[in-house]
Amino acid sequence: MTLLRSILMRLLSTAITLFGVAVIVFVVIRVVPGNPIAMMLPPGATEADIARLQAQYGFDKSIFGQFVIWLSGVLQGDFGTSISLRQPVSSLVLNRLPATLELSIVALLIAIAIGGTLALMGTLRRDSRAEGAIDISAGMALSIPDFLWGLVLILLFGVLWPVFHISGRISPALDIDFTTNFYLFEALLRLRLDVLGDLIGHMFMPALALAIPLSAIIAQLLKQSLKETMHLDYVTLSRTHGYGETHVITRDALPNAILPTLTLVGVQFTFLIGGTVIIERLFSYEGLGNMAIDAVINRDLPLIQGIVILFALIFTLVNFAVDMLYVVLNPRLRHA
Amino acid sequence: MSAYLQIRNLCVTLKGGIPILRRVSLDVAAGQVHGLVGESGAGKSMIGKAVLGTLPRALQVTRGEIWLDGVDLLSLPARERQRRIGATAALIPQDPLTALNPVRRVGPQITRRLVDILGWSRSDAEARALHLLEEVQIPDPARVMRSYPHELSGGMRQRILIAAAFSAEPKLIIADEPTTALDVTVQKQILRLIADMQARHGTALLFVTHDLGVVSKVCDTLSVLYAGKVIEDARMRRFFTRPIHPYSRALLAATPSYEDPEGALTPVPQSVIEQVEREVQDHDRRAAP
Repeated sequence: MTLLRSILMRLLSTAITLFGVAVIVFVVIRVVPGNPIAMMLPPGATEADIARLQAQYGFDKSIFGQFVIWLSGVLQGDFGTSISLRQPVSSLVLNRLPATLELSIVALLIAIAIGGTLALMGTLRRDSRAEGAIDISAGMALSIPDFLWGLVLILLFGVLWPVFHISGRISPALDIDFTTNFYLFEALLRLRLDVLGDLIGHMFMPALALAIPLSAIIAQLLKQSLKETMHLDYVTLSRTHGYGETHVITRDALPNAILPTLTLVGVQFTFLIGGTVIIERLFSYEGLGNMAIDAVINRDLPLIQGIVILFALIFTLVNFAVDMLYVVLNPRLRHA
Repeated sequence: MSAYLQIRNLCVTLKGGIPILRRVSLDVAAGQVHGLVGESGAGKSMIGKAVLGTLPRALQVTRGEIWLDGVDLLSLPARERQRRIGATAALIPQDPLTALNPVRRVGPQITRRLVDILGWSRSDAEARALHLLEEVQIPDPARVMRSYPHELSGGMRQRILIAAAFSAEPKLIIADEPTTALDVTVQKQILRLIADMQARHGTALLFVTHDLGVVSKVCDTLSVLYAGKVIEDARMRRFFTRPIHPYSRALLAATPSYEDPEGALTPVPQSVIEQVEREVQDHDRRAAP
């Protein structure tokens, strides 16, 4: 009952958030200078041509009027038509979404793997030089932004030692007849190892660039809360039972220490998704972020709106998932 | 009667050389209760931690022997030592609120070591846990086994920890101020429970406390500790009738009286503190190379 209630409240607040985002985006991109019509017109177009096009796309109405028209379309699932690509925004965006989701999730998994390993190693060798080394490298990883890591990786693995593809999502020569755009997951399910290898070859560098700062955050926070948990009596008790240090850290301390990290990872994951915009551009990866930059350059207002709304929706879903996971992992919250 | 736990000349120092325990020697005979009393910071808990191998990382044993059931623990490699401790000794911790893992159910926390370390079957371990929970007078033990720690009171949790400590029939249990964190009303019950369980199972018990009143109720022998040094070793009766060391006498005199709760408290006199401090310094001088 209370769970249902909290889910309903959550849906309501999600709706309000999305509405707010819609209003802000709608107004801001119409107030800033730059005119989509101007980008479409051939040189020497007449005043009549301009007026006709403006009427066609509804730009002759007030912002409020345009918003009402757009919103009523959105409520019926119609996000309008892209001005630059002349296709429905919803299909354009949904075609690109899988690429960005796969990139973000792979980046998150890499960050958890690296950060978690470093945190566990640092706890096992706490107060030693190894821990100091982890602290220093985490500080460095954190103080360099993801797009700079992207450039470093391109230099290392694209130029000096070219083992990975530096651009695109998949080699054009590769023959794939997949039913979805979730290439990575579908390649996994169909056991198409050639495709899988090619996808990873393309995805590795952008995913790693996104993952490095987050892995540093996970390493530092998880290590700190592990070290605090290690002082609690139940951990000591487990030691007296004859369990070894590794078992004590991973089985006793970790399930508790992971809770504060989980909250932060949720927040940071949304930042990571935001980071895909620049990283996808850097690696010419055909995802939502890359499309967003093109849309901004072309002043493609409907497309910008569609992408931003989708990002906002992803962010709220991620936060919701984190909250749910928190309840699953922490029995103290289940009855509250 | 040979002692089950024998500590000989145990020295523990803070890294950098500051002494925490100064050549501590004591015996806990099989089936006996040995009290360890002293002020805060006297090092009583550190003795228990040294035996169980849970000293904080900043501390190290610099010399001495800890014989547990005829084996010198300090001569064993770390991993084997920890397994041996797990199989023969147990701890009743001070604070029941932090001594149970908050994200695990109570049952597995009792049975897990029996299965993992001692190789029992799961059903045997569960039957044993149920039986012990009954023995420590927990109502509806089957339900409690399925509960999470936060659903139980502090007194209940301490009972569970006592049951868990006795679960593997250890020969030695170290109780580290087991009643300090509890309500006064609960303290008495828990104390009686520990004493009953000890008598019934015939376990050797090292009882760490700063409360001489508690010691007088449960212990057979005791050691008085000051600044990590054993000041006096005595049988219970003799200690309370004829304490030898002036510090012990002062400590006894400082214990508030139940008969006269309004009576003024007697502090340990300055001259006595100066005397023990001198003894400790003498000891350090002798120990220095």
